[in-house]
Amino acid sequence: MTDAPTAPPPTNPASAAPGDPLVVLKGVNKHFGSLHVLRDIDLTVARNEVVVLIGPSGSGKSTLCRTVNRLESIETGSITLDGEPLPAEGRALARLRAEVGMVFQSFNLFSHKTVLDNITLAPTKVRKLGRAEAERRARELLGRVGLTEHAHKFPAQLSGGQQQRVAIARSLAMDPKVMLFDEPTSALDPEMINEVLEVMRSLAADGMTMIVVTHEMGFARSAANRVVFMADGQIVEARPPAEFFASPESDRARDFLSKILHH
Amino acid sequence: MNVLTENWDTYWEGFLGTVKLTAVSAVLALLLGVFVAACRVSPVKPMRVFGGVWVNILRNTPLTLLFFAVVLGLPRFGVVLPFFTFAVLALGCYTSAFVCEAVRAGINTVPTGQGEAARSLGMTFGQTLGLIVLPQAFRSVIPPLGSTMIALAKNSAIAGAFSVVELLGTYRTLSELGFNIVWTFVWIAVGYLIITLSISLVFGLMEKHWEVAR
Repeated sequence: MTDAPTAPPPTNPASAAPGDPLVVLKGVNKHFGSLHVLRDIDLTVARNEVVVLIGPSGSGKSTLCRTVNRLESIETGSITLDGEPLPAEGRALARLRAEVGMVFQSFNLFSHKTVLDNITLAPTKVRKLGRAEAERRARELLGRVGLTEHAHKFPAQLSGGQQQRVAIARSLAMDPKVMLFDEPTSALDPEMINEVLEVMRSLAADGMTMIVVTHEMGFARSAANRVVFMADGQIVEARPPAEFFASPESDRARDFLSKILHH
Repeated sequence: MNVLTENWDTYWEGFLGTVKLTAVSAVLALLLGVFVAACRVSPVKPMRVFGGVWVNILRNTPLTLLFFAVVLGLPRFGVVLPFFTFAVLALGCYTSAFVCEAVRAGINTVPTGQGEAARSLGMTFGQTLGLIVLPQAFRSVIPPLGSTMIALAKNSAIAGAFSVVELLGTYRTLSELGFNIVWTFVWIAVGYLIITLSISLVFGLMEKHWEVAR
């Protein structure tokens, strides 16, 4: 043991330097009835990159997030994941979804299954992992999100923050290439937001590729490589958080920031 | 009063016939009904169309007409089966339409997020339905399924008109033998009550058993 026990902290814990393009959206358009929710979206997310989507409600950021694993279909344009275009409905799509983690605003834990079963279900049924191995992995992940002792509870017996951390562990159990977060803290009581953000920060620091829709500007500042500001279905600005928050270029972004940062 | 004691064998045979017809048709109706419900919520359009057509034709046709179609129609295509099998086919298919709609209503009570989470984890349509949605829909489907099964038990009486031995049909034998018609029917009604109340009881117990499954 010659090294000093404390390594110098990295300057930006979020950036394990972004690599090659992992998620690529080109010319994506989508309507809900007569509402044009996504207008010519071009966005490339690099491996290990953390992209935070912000914008006023109704700007299309959640919809954009959900198109990446095709929970929302698109009308024109293309989406590729690690060079492969998203398949249409069917087994190929299921295989691809297994590579994309998704965390929802309302947690969506399987309410008829215990915490442990929530985490082991997809690895055993989709990846055909053995029961013992899946459970070992699940307990490891539960440890990582700080919920080891809750393995045998049902979701309804946990607080919102705990449920969301289980949901993150459930996604991680599939070893996803990229994680999507659709407003992961919006349904939480204020005192529970940080425990979830902490887990997300540590994921980012470990180099997980993440697309995060959130209203937590603190998280965007500290963990994002890039902030993407959306309004009316369009990407208005996409810049590093320090630049974006210090001097937003567009009026829409300035207006949005003035509304949410002044209290 | 002695209608029952003097014709115990006739009643018993009819009673067993109704029980057997109900039970076998119920199994067919439940399996078929769940399958058709799966079709109706499937992402594949031809499956949804098939499910919709199946339900709308069977649910909107008088059961007696369906019996005629099966008993007189199928033999024309060379399908000759015992009358009991014909009756099970008619009753089972007819009831499957109602089972399907009860199951589909149950599926709709499960929040869409449950299915989205399952699909996001890479589960196929079948896994999502079988492992996540149907187990959660199950509880809310029990009461309407109970009603459907009771209706099935009573509908089985129509089979009596198509040469199947069942409870209601026993009145013909008994009235020919000159027994009091009122008492004949009273005991037939008691027989049906035994069957239908048993079904109620079973479904009531199931409802209680799965009450706190979360």
